[in-house]
Order: sequence, then structure tokens, then C-alpha cells
Amino acid sequence: MNFIMPVFSAALPEIFVLGMICFILLVDVFLKEQHRGVTYFLTQITLFAAFILAVFQYHNELNPIVTFSGNYIVDKLALLVKMFVFITSLFAFIYAHDYLKERKVSTSEYYILGLLAVFGMQVMASAYTFLTIYLGLELLSLSLYAMIALNKEVSVSVEASMKYFVLGALASGILLYGISMVFGATNTLQISVIPSVIDSLSKGQSLILVLGLMFIIVGLMFKFGSVPFHMWVPDVYEGAATPVTLFIASAPKIAAFAITIRILVEALPMLHIEWEHVLVAVALLSMFFGNVLAIAQTNIKRMLAYSSIAHIGYMLLGILAGPDSQQGYSAAMFYITTYVIVAAGAFAIIGLLSKQGIELDQLDDYRGLNARNPWIAFLMLLLMFSMAGVPPTVGFFAKLGLLEALVEAHYVWLAALALLFAIIGAYYYLRIVMLMYFEEPRESTKISIGSRVAMAAISVNGIAALVLGLLPSTLIDMCRISVS
Amino acid sequence: MSYILSILIWLPVLGAVLVLMTGGDKNARYAQTIAVLVCMINLFLCVPLCLGFDTNSYAMQFQENHLWIRAYQIHYAVGVDGISLAMIVLTNFTGLLVIFAGCQAIKVRIAQYMAAFLVMQGMMIGVFAATDAILFYVFWEGMLIPMYLSIGMWGSTNRSYASIKFFLYTFLGSILMLIALLYLYNQTGVFEIQKFYGLKLPQHIQEMLFFAFFLAFAVKVPMWPVHTWLPDAHTEAPSGGSVVLAALMLKLGIYGFLRFSMPIVPVACEHLAWFMIILSLIAIVYIGLVAIVQSDMKKLIAYSSIAHMGFATLGCFMVYEIVRRASSYQDAYMSLEGSVIQMIAHAFGSGAMFLGVGILADRFYSHSRMIKDYGGIATRMPLFAAFFMLFAMSNVGLPGTAGFVGEFMVIMSAFQAHFWVAFTAALTLILSASYSLWMVKRVFFGPIANEHVAQFKDIYGFEVVNYVLLAIGVFYLGFYPTTVLNVLHASIGHLLEVSLPI
Repeated sequence: MNFIMPVFSAALPEIFVLGMICFILLVDVFLKEQHRGVTYFLTQITLFAAFILAVFQYHNELNPIVTFSGNYIVDKLALLVKMFVFITSLFAFIYAHDYLKERKVSTSEYYILGLLAVFGMQVMASAYTFLTIYLGLELLSLSLYAMIALNKEVSVSVEASMKYFVLGALASGILLYGISMVFGATNTLQISVIPSVIDSLSKGQSLILVLGLMFIIVGLMFKFGSVPFHMWVPDVYEGAATPVTLFIASAPKIAAFAITIRILVEALPMLHIEWEHVLVAVALLSMFFGNVLAIAQTNIKRMLAYSSIAHIGYMLLGILAGPDSQQGYSAAMFYITTYVIVAAGAFAIIGLLSKQGIELDQLDDYRGLNARNPWIAFLMLLLMFSMAGVPPTVGFFAKLGLLEALVEAHYVWLAALALLFAIIGAYYYLRIVMLMYFEEPRESTKISIGSRVAMAAISVNGIAALVLGLLPSTLIDMCRISVS
Repeated sequence: MSYILSILIWLPVLGAVLVLMTGGDKNARYAQTIAVLVCMINLFLCVPLCLGFDTNSYAMQFQENHLWIRAYQIHYAVGVDGISLAMIVLTNFTGLLVIFAGCQAIKVRIAQYMAAFLVMQGMMIGVFAATDAILFYVFWEGMLIPMYLSIGMWGSTNRSYASIKFFLYTFLGSILMLIALLYLYNQTGVFEIQKFYGLKLPQHIQEMLFFAFFLAFAVKVPMWPVHTWLPDAHTEAPSGGSVVLAALMLKLGIYGFLRFSMPIVPVACEHLAWFMIILSLIAIVYIGLVAIVQSDMKKLIAYSSIAHMGFATLGCFMVYEIVRRASSYQDAYMSLEGSVIQMIAHAFGSGAMFLGVGILADRFYSHSRMIKDYGGIATRMPLFAAFFMLFAMSNVGLPGTAGFVGEFMVIMSAFQAHFWVAFTAALTLILSASYSLWMVKRVFFGPIANEHVAQFKDIYGFEVVNYVLLAIGVFYLGFYPTTVLNVLHASIGHLLEVSLPI
């Protein structure tokens, strides 16, 4: 049997991150309690260096490289997803830093588990067989289960972690079952090979393939947290410590998007009629239940959890319109990346304002924020309007792309419904703005964010919602190139 | 001077950033000074805009065009024709008045107030100047944010409810327009509004597009029965907000009909003209009657605004009836021109009246707007009473004031086509006289109502400046509308040409 040497240089970011994880783990063992800052510092350096590596690859690798016996691919999609993952995780860790330090939660574990999750997401982005996809997904999920449980003194956290673990394991099983069916029908796990063998399948084999596809979709929808597999989302978002919620709500969504594109679009484009119909139902239900249930919430983390369900529904619209329109997939990618930026900002504000053991996680806590800290209130305002999709924030252009794809794919009715649900959604985002700006604060004390770095990061993040709205062209083009 | 439109749009936004940087209420003086300066510069910039405008051409002038979003061929494209030029000048004029009024009336969060109104002004100029559909939509929606905040932050007791109702109503209205625009984009491959004209779409498609546009614009106008947000928004908003709503925001709806509905879907407009005419007549008569029984001054003026806007929509859509029944292009032209003049005239009249209510409420200890709380103001505030009477007369449509010209033109041309439509519309002369004058009588004349009213001081400072400016506007438009008509002439002629199905 021939052994072909894999192109190691293609996997440089992964090799680097993995090496650093081992190194940080070792270093951390020997660190004294007061020097824990080193772990944080090393983690951020790792992410930043990995980001630079990915940028270099993005500029140099013009053609996709498939290596490691076809298990691994480096193309524009993988690299762009990795870049987003690195940068959002970098921001997430900055936001987490103060929160963890003040509460003396197991700090180093958070960063190391976080890095492992990042590594899992890298694998997901570059996976080119079903098995690698599964490996990356499990690495991510296992790290996340542990991260949620970090806050071990709080029973809600432990409960959320348990819930997520049990349901997540079930979903992984279902996904694996679907993968095995695909393998049974096509006799291959290679994403690039499957389209070429589909034509020669017998009727029975095609049926098995479709069945496998349905199981895979169930698994994916669970990981995304879309209706009807959304039950874990509100509990986990509410139960986990805010920095963990922030992490779960950001980068993993982009990685999940990458594997969805690989499976549905690259491996099984022939079955697009089948998965389009399923996605229409899932998207509609997610947008409806996400937006309607969010109205009833009094806990802001829970509210944002339901809102994330709704946003996933919107993103799915782009994927399902993809086969019939030029820009469906890129619109979906633009939507999910901008949503992640905005959601990270919103959770960051919740986390950064929570101080001295007081969690600002009730809606009422935001009463009169404008009087207590006008700048933070303004950033939150931008983020909320962006989620609601009001121009000139970026949320509008994200929705615009999706709607354009839907109209092009002759789903005008779906576009109209999506917008109708967006109106329902606008109500609860506006309610936060209303509380912050129209009500008098309960306590008139000023409220501020301690560290300057976090302040700078959240400012960049909030203003990005506006600037990306005024100048969205570059990012849209990057998304277009990566999924074309 | 080819960037003049961009400067007009973005200077107020930049000014808003500067104003916000002055910080809290300690530096209110700076915030006010910057805001007033920016508005004045903007108004002066209108002079070269007007002088450089070629009134003989219907083409877009002062055009700017830059590619903005490559993927969808969205351009940052602005330009003005006669109609938008008139509206832009009006916006800048009103913007200055509102800032003046705000300097005197607003006592808390002054910087944020000034910033909100500056942003609003910039966005509104953007709406009137945009020649790209998505740019138009961005400005159209972007304007909601500062308006929402201004109602909610400086409004009266029920402000949260009113502001959310305002936002959701207008948001709901606009979404179908967005889908319509995307549909047109898929037909043409561009978002340039001019390219949407003369597409020759099949009739059922045109009708669907018509209703999509109708919902967006009818909510903004507002037309009966989607008008219910307006009385709430008007009453709860600070008086500056009410002025902007009445004088400018309502005009956006009519402007939308002129810019989108009529030229893009002419066949549907002709078919459904009866529908629009009936709704307009309901607004004129029924809402006029509703206005009479109001006990809240702001509500009364708000309902009167709806009734007056009914005239503007009537003027737009009577065009089709006039051409069909009387086949007189001259009268159709007059009808359309009348409706544009009505828009401008109403801005002066109702804007001034809203300012007046603000002036009264500021002086009353509980900021009451109830008619019954006032009485005999004329003896305490003679100057104010004289001005207010003038604006009320303009609202009624007294010859010689701005309000007369537009109504007269619309009714005159309507008579050519349909007697009963014209007759019903003419009822407004009685109705608007009854609600306006009856309110004036109760508030300004008679014995002094209570000891609070007895202590009222007459208007001073910026209040007088505002009223003098508005009075000039009212008389100018009333006695010598020719200059405005000259500006509109070529553009309305062209609009009529593209809006009539062949």
C-alpha cells in the first residue's frame, strides 16, 4: 500500500494550536495561583498567531488543497471560517477575562477548554469526510459540556450542563447513525466522491441515502439549536456563566455553518429538493417560535437564547434558497457571521456590567442604563437594532441578502413571512432600548466597565455593527468568494 | 459643488456626533450652538442648490453616483428633481426651526436631543435625495431610530406605548415595500429607481406591487384606516418631534406615491384610483369630523393633519380620473401640482400649530394639552395669539395663506372630472373651519380660565424668530406660489407623463 506523505503545511494552524494547547496545559500546572494571568496571555497569543497564519494561507493558497488521504481540505471557506473563529474567540476570551478573575471561577480551565473547542472548530471547518466532521464536532461538544459545568457551585449551571450533555450525546448518535446510512448507501465517506456515485445508486440505496440525510439534518439542527430541537438552548444560555454563554453563542455557530455547507451543498447537492423542504419547515418554525417565545422572557440571557433560535431560522433561509439563486449560500454566511458579531457584543455587555457578584441578567436591570452609562447604552442600542434588522446597522444588510436570495428563488411568500416574524422580533429588541432610554434608573449610581482592554473590545464590537452596515461590501464579497 | 447633496445629508450626522461629544447637560450651551450652526450652514447650502438648479429640466440634477455594495449592484446615488428640491429646502427650513424650539423647550439630555434631531434631518434629506432604491430604504428606515428615541425620551406620560406603536406600525408598513423592491431588482438587475419606470409589467403583478407600496406609504401619510399610530405619536412626542412628524415625515408617504407607485405601476394605479380616492375622501370627511370632537389640542391638530394629507393623496390619484373622464392633461397637471403644494403648505400650518401647543404646554405647570385648561390666552399673550390665528387660518385654507393654494387647485381640477368627489372634498372648508376656529375660540378668547393662565408670559426669543419665519413662509406661498411652481413645473410634467399608462 502506497503511503502518500500528507501536506503538513496545509494544516499549519491546526498543528500550531494543538502544540500550544499541550504547552499551555503543561505550563499551567507549574504556575502559582497569582501567575494565572500567563495562561490567559498565552491563549490569546495562540489565537492571534493562528489568525495570522490563517490570513497568510488565505492570501497564498489560491487553489483548494485536499490532503491527509482526502480527510482534510484547505479552501477559502475553511480559511474564512477559521479566521472568524479565531477572531471571535479572541474577543470572547477578552470579555471573559474580567468576569472569571473577579469570580475566581477555574480560570485556566476555561481558556484551555476554550482552545480545545477552537481546535475542534478548526477541524470542522477543514473536514472533508464525514468522519472528520464528526471528530471535530465531538471535540467541540465535549469541551463545551465541560465549560458549562465550570460554574460548579451553581446548580443551574450543572443542570444545564447535564441537559446539554445528554441531549447532545443523543444528537451526536443520531448524526452518526445518519452518516453510517450514507456510508451504507454510497460505500464512501468522502465528501468529494459522494456526488459522483449518487447517479449510479439503485432505488433502495437512494432511499437509504435520503433517510440518512434526514438523520444528519436532525443532528445538525440540534447543534444549531433550531426548532424542534431547540429545547436545550434557553436552559443552557441561562444556566451557563455569561462568558461561557457568549462563547457558545458565537464561534460554534460559524463552524456548524461550515459543516452544513459541506454536507448539504458539497456532498449531497443532488438531494436538494429533499433538504430544501425540510429546511423550509425548520426555518419557519424557528423564526416563529424563537421570536414569539422571546417576547415572554424576563431574563435577558434567555431572551437572547430564543432570539438566537430565530436567527438560525433566518440563516437557514439562505441555505434553502441557495440551489436556486446565485447568492443564497453567501447571504447565509454573511448573516451568520454578522449575527455572531452582534450576539457576542450583546452577551459581552451583560457579562461586563455584572460586577461584585451581581448578575445583570434581568431585563429590569437595564432600566435607565442611558443615565448610568450612555456609551454602553448606545452600543447596546446599536446591537439591538442590528438584531432587529433596522438600517443602517449590519443586521439589515444581512436580512436584505437573504430576502434577495429568496425572491430570486421564487420564495416570495417565505420572504414575506420572514419579514413578518422580524416585526414580532423587533418588539422585544425595542423593549430593551425602551428600558435603557425611556425609563428612569432604579439606582442612580454610575456603572462602568473595569478594564480598558474590555472597554476597547466592546466598543470595537458595537461600532462594528454600524460600520459593517455602512460599508458591508468587502465582507459580502469575501463570503461570496468562499462559498462559490 | 457636485458634492453638495452629500454635504447636506452628512453634515447634520457629523454635527450629531460632535454634539454628543459635548457630554452631559453641563455643556448644553456648546451642544445648542453646534446644532444651530450646523442647521444654519445646511440652510445656507440650499441657496447654491436652488440657484444652480435648472428649472427647465426634469432630469435628476446634482447627481452623485458611487458603487456601494458590489454584490447587489447597490449604488450610493443621489440627485434632485423639482419635487425633491422643494422637499429638501423645506426639510432644512423645518430642521432649523425645530432646533431653535428645542433650545428653549428642552431642559434635560440636551445633547442627545439635538443629536437625535440632527440625525433625523440628515436621514430625511437622504430620503428625498436618494435615487437608488436601497439607499432610499436605508434612509427611510434609519430615520425611525432617532424618531423612536425622541418620542420615547422626551415625550409625555404614555410615551413608551406611543413610540413602540409608531415604530412597529411604520416598520410593518415598510417590509412589503422591501420585497417589492427586491422583486423589481430581479426584473431589472439594478436598484436604480429610474430604471424601474416603464417596465410594462403584467397587470396582476402591478397590482401586487401597488399594494406592497401602498402599505408602506399609506402608513406614513397616514391614510385611513392605518392612521391610528399618528394621534398617539403626535400627542406623546415632544413638540419638536410633532413638528418633524407633521411637517416632514408625513410628506414622505406622498413623496413615495409620487416617486414609486405612480411611475412604476401606472396600470395598477389607474385601476385602483377609485380605491385611493375613496380612502382620501374618508380621511377628509370622517377624520375631519373626528377632529372636531377632540379635547386634546395636539390630537386635534394630528387629526387635522390626516385630513389635510387626504387632500394630497386625492390630488395624486384624481389624475387618473381626470384623464379618463375629462381627458384634460392640463387639469391633471394642476391636480398633481396642487397636491405637492398642499404638502408644503401643510408643513407650515401644522408645524406652526404644533409649536404653539408646545409653547402653551411649557408654560402650564402640568404641561397640559387639554383645551379646557386654557382660555383667554389672547389677553395674556397677544403676539402669540395673533400668530396662532394666522396659522389656524392657513390650516382652514383662507385665501392669501399657504393653505388655500393647494386645496383650491385640487378641488378645482377635481370638479372637471367628478362633481361629487369635488363636492365631498370641498366639505373640508366647513370642517377645518369648525375644528380650527372652535379650538382657537376656546383657547384664546373668552375669560381667563385659571390663575396659571393668568401668569403666562408672551412669546420671546427663539419663539418669535420661529413664528416670524413661519409667517413669512405662509404668506409667501399664499401670495406668490409662482417660484415654487416654477421649480416643480418640469418635474411634475414629466412625472405625469410616466405615470399615465399608455
